[in-house]
Amino acid sequence: MRAKDESAAEGWLAGRFGLHVCDGGMNVGFFDGVYAIWLREVKVFFRERERVVSAIVTPLLWIIVFGGGLGASVEISGMNYQTYIFPGILSMSVLFGSIFYGLYIIWDRKLDFLKEVLVAPVDRSAVFLGKMLGGMSDVFVQVGALLLVGALLGLVPSVWAGIGALLVAMLVSMCMVSLGLIIGSSMKSPEGFNLVMSFVMWPLFMFSGALFPVDTLPAYLNFLVVLNPLTYGVDLMRYAVLGITTFGILVDVAVLLGASLLFVAIGTRSFERMTVG
Amino acid sequence: MRNPPAIVIENLSKHFKSLKAVDKISLSVESGEVFALLGPNGAGKTTAISMLCGLLEPTSGSANVAGFDVAKEKLSVRRSIGVVFQQPSVDDLLTGKENLEMHAMLYGVPEEKRKARIADMISLVGLAGRQDSRVKEYSGGMRKRLELARGILHWPKILFLDEPTVGLDPQTRTHIWEYIAKMSRREGTTVVFTTHYLEEAEKFADRVAIIDQGRMIAIGAPGELVNSLGGDRVCLTSKDPGRIAKKLGRMTFAKNVRIGGNCVSATVSCPKKNLPKLIRALPAIGAIEIHVATLNDVFIKYTGREMREDSAEGGFMERIMNSGNDR
Repeated sequence: MRAKDESAAEGWLAGRFGLHVCDGGMNVGFFDGVYAIWLREVKVFFRERERVVSAIVTPLLWIIVFGGGLGASVEISGMNYQTYIFPGILSMSVLFGSIFYGLYIIWDRKLDFLKEVLVAPVDRSAVFLGKMLGGMSDVFVQVGALLLVGALLGLVPSVWAGIGALLVAMLVSMCMVSLGLIIGSSMKSPEGFNLVMSFVMWPLFMFSGALFPVDTLPAYLNFLVVLNPLTYGVDLMRYAVLGITTFGILVDVAVLLGASLLFVAIGTRSFERMTVG
Repeated sequence: MRNPPAIVIENLSKHFKSLKAVDKISLSVESGEVFALLGPNGAGKTTAISMLCGLLEPTSGSANVAGFDVAKEKLSVRRSIGVVFQQPSVDDLLTGKENLEMHAMLYGVPEEKRKARIADMISLVGLAGRQDSRVKEYSGGMRKRLELARGILHWPKILFLDEPTVGLDPQTRTHIWEYIAKMSRREGTTVVFTTHYLEEAEKFADRVAIIDQGRMIAIGAPGELVNSLGGDRVCLTSKDPGRIAKKLGRMTFAKNVRIGGNCVSATVSCPKKNLPKLIRALPAIGAIEIHVATLNDVFIKYTGREMREDSAEGGFMERIMNSGNDR
């Protein structure tokens, strides 16, 4: 049996003599795997132009029409309503963009593309990380585009505010992309999309303080706000752009990191248990 | 010293709720051979292959692929095998070359060898001119060729092909098999494929395992299996079937003589030599109908049914897979 390269020879040896040759390539393989999947996600994102465009249009409508329309007659916390909700709308685009991205894994499955990845000798955690970083990159581009438009509308006070917003977006998307991947990997068909929209995305958005201050809700709904990771994301985003915060940035970062770690752990396990018939 | 078998399966089973998709299959595949799993749709071939690839957990039994246990050493198994699935699994939005590059990274092909190996595989399957076009624009045959190149890219010891030519026109089917043969001969790869096309198994496999309803009912080289039937079935029409039947009965190479109307049928062994003798000895025959024995007849012998040749893919298999996914 002619061995074509090192790994084939090792494999042959292991098979021939029952040895387990320690594959030093394992660690290199992990990051290669993450990179390979991240690269694919980014390429696909930019080549599906409809996705990029539609991801930006909706938030823009919210800012310009809803924010501008209400902003003409409403003020909150002493500032123009449109200015107030801009960080909230940025967070909304992070939320929707991240969860939709995670749900797209259903298409990977339907098209059997996922099988190719599942049968490859990569750790499932590498697959999960690659997918997560891919989602975060997509969100980065979306938020970046929204910030540019926001800057034109005078809603971004400074360059630092913009950079801060991007950093917050990355932290929030790490959490939300993982959540989206968890949901997506347990769904069998796209028919469930609407359910996820109605029972996950809209509630997370509505109870996050994106559109109005959190303390104005009645007490029996308040606990939903407090338990919602996005609430802290919105708060942190508002701090980055406008300098105001309700919970304090340490609490915000701690909650977001904690939720992210939790979702990454669950998501990795969910990927590990994925089987294909 | 002979190489150890590439695959050893012992009492491998997969149960889905009340359905036994794979029921205690045992066999071994020799290193370097081309091995076919032949059976009608829904026989359990895809389920069996999924288990060998580490995509599905067996309910019981064991399988050893390229020297590794599929249940305990999944990563090593995956590193040693290449898989071409039934449904296309290349990414539409990437180019042919990009698909191969991603695969090379996922399988740990050393970076310094990637470019050359990819170029080699692309030219081997004749896609050099289209490697930078998106797969969206490829024809069915081109996609299959890309998947073949991808399957062998990382020098696997075993290549699994699940229904490799389903949905392709006959000419493309022959071309695909030429590529498979070329690649496997060059690299010494063991090839295991599933199919429900008899001629495919007969023409290209060194050995065949016939699978029906989750069980293996026969295994051997196609020629041997067919020869075990004892010969070709011959049907002679004549005005005096009784006399013909009596004469046939006395010929040593004719067995299972039966009369049906004015037709006398018999199984003739070594038909190439014996049919001329038969014709010379029985001058009063009106017509001869020769039914050349095929694997279908082997299937009938063991199961009493014909193997359906239609390529209906959905329905039964989908129901099995779906029932397996609901936990």
